[in-house]
Amino acid sequence: MMAQYASILFSMILVNNFVLVKFLGICPFLGVSKKFDSAVGMGAAVTLVMVLAIAVTWPIQQLLVAWGLEYLQTIAFILVIATLVQLLEMALKRYVPALHASLGVFLPLITTNCAVLGVAILVVDEGYTYPEALVAGLGAGLGFLLAMTIFSGVRRRVEEAEPPEVFRGMPITLIAAAITAMSFMGFSGVIDHLFGA
Amino acid sequence: MDKRQPTAPTEPTLAQIFDRGLLEENPALRQMLGLCPTLAVTTAVTNGLGMGLATTFVLVCSEVAVSLLRHAIPKTVRIPAFITIIASFVTLVMMLVKAYLPALDEALGIYLPLIVVNCIVLGRAEMFASKHGPLQAAADGAGMGIGFTVALVLMSAIREVLGAGTLLGARVLPPFIEPMIIMVMPAGGFAVLGVLIAASVWIEEHPRHRHRIVKRRVGPSASLCAACPINCGIGDPTDDMCAKDEFVEMLEAAVTAARKEAEEREQ
Repeated sequence: MMAQYASILFSMILVNNFVLVKFLGICPFLGVSKKFDSAVGMGAAVTLVMVLAIAVTWPIQQLLVAWGLEYLQTIAFILVIATLVQLLEMALKRYVPALHASLGVFLPLITTNCAVLGVAILVVDEGYTYPEALVAGLGAGLGFLLAMTIFSGVRRRVEEAEPPEVFRGMPITLIAAAITAMSFMGFSGVIDHLFGA
Repeated sequence: MDKRQPTAPTEPTLAQIFDRGLLEENPALRQMLGLCPTLAVTTAVTNGLGMGLATTFVLVCSEVAVSLLRHAIPKTVRIPAFITIIASFVTLVMMLVKAYLPALDEALGIYLPLIVVNCIVLGRAEMFASKHGPLQAAADGAGMGIGFTVALVLMSAIREVLGAGTLLGARVLPPFIEPMIIMVMPAGGFAVLGVLIAASVWIEEHPRHRHRIVKRRVGPSASLCAACPINCGIGDPTDDMCAKDEFVEMLEAAVTAARKEAEEREQ
């Protein structure tokens, strides 16, 4: 049982990394990865929102299925996530100002982050149980955090390099992301060996 | 942001609105919006084309709907209203694709519902459709959508030929050339997009093409557009409302201020 959860967690972090393998949340990945602090803050905020979003959307999906309204999934999820993020920001500001200081400012930015909606839909498609879905959400968030952290380091070097004129800015950043993604290819198969899944 | 040209006093024609999305303001290659699907589904031309056309449909329909409702929607709740409109059309597309193109539905997977959070769609609704009539909105949606589709098809053609040795499923590379599997892997996606964006910058800078490009340059702020994780209020770095330049600094300042506030509260 424990191995099952560990397998989901690590496969979401390493093998199915949301940014570098599934290409979800590319905008913040390329945008906020310039500074290490922002990258970590953004990653942590995304992790928190992912877990909470799944905690809410998974039961909602069960209701939609029970009422035969599966086709409303997209509309329901995006509105629920947007509302949830708003409420979370208000709650943090009021009750946990210290956490709001480090994570709160990133929250409005991830309302319509495709990674959050993506993970909510993904765990439903995979047919995970409630605890499995929550673990998958945690893994997806931690994977995002890991990619952000690694890439902010890579990015510092890239910013100081002098590529040909037309490659300056976004093109060379994408090439650097390609090489980072290549390093994550080394993880495929790791989970099968570790957990025999 | 460099010299910001005041917007032209004359209304652009429908053809000009349509033309803008193709190269000059191409969503994927110049504005760098909607990069998630651009990278994720472009492993085969059929997928790229399907994704592009689905997005075009959603863009045109939601832009027209937003444009028609632009006086009826109160300003304060416009973003949720836009999202609901967009999500409805995405649901429609999902149903159509599922019913008539099950293979495409299988290939696009979760990226089909994720059109709803594609920055291009919300960006155009907020930035263009909410300020223009339905005809102009349709032209803008079609131009942006087809520009996006062209970028996706181009990208998936390169990746399919190099990565699988096929084009639209038919073999094009001679058998003695091994396909570079890395090209259809995620790493290849980032690399091909990087090279394509560099190529589009080069084409725009090239003197032979220069006269074609209207001098409303997106310039260095194009990369800042991608640098904006707000998916995506304005979607146009030349828009006066767009604060992408100041965005990162603003973020840093907000973090510092919030930290200070928290410290003061503790004391």
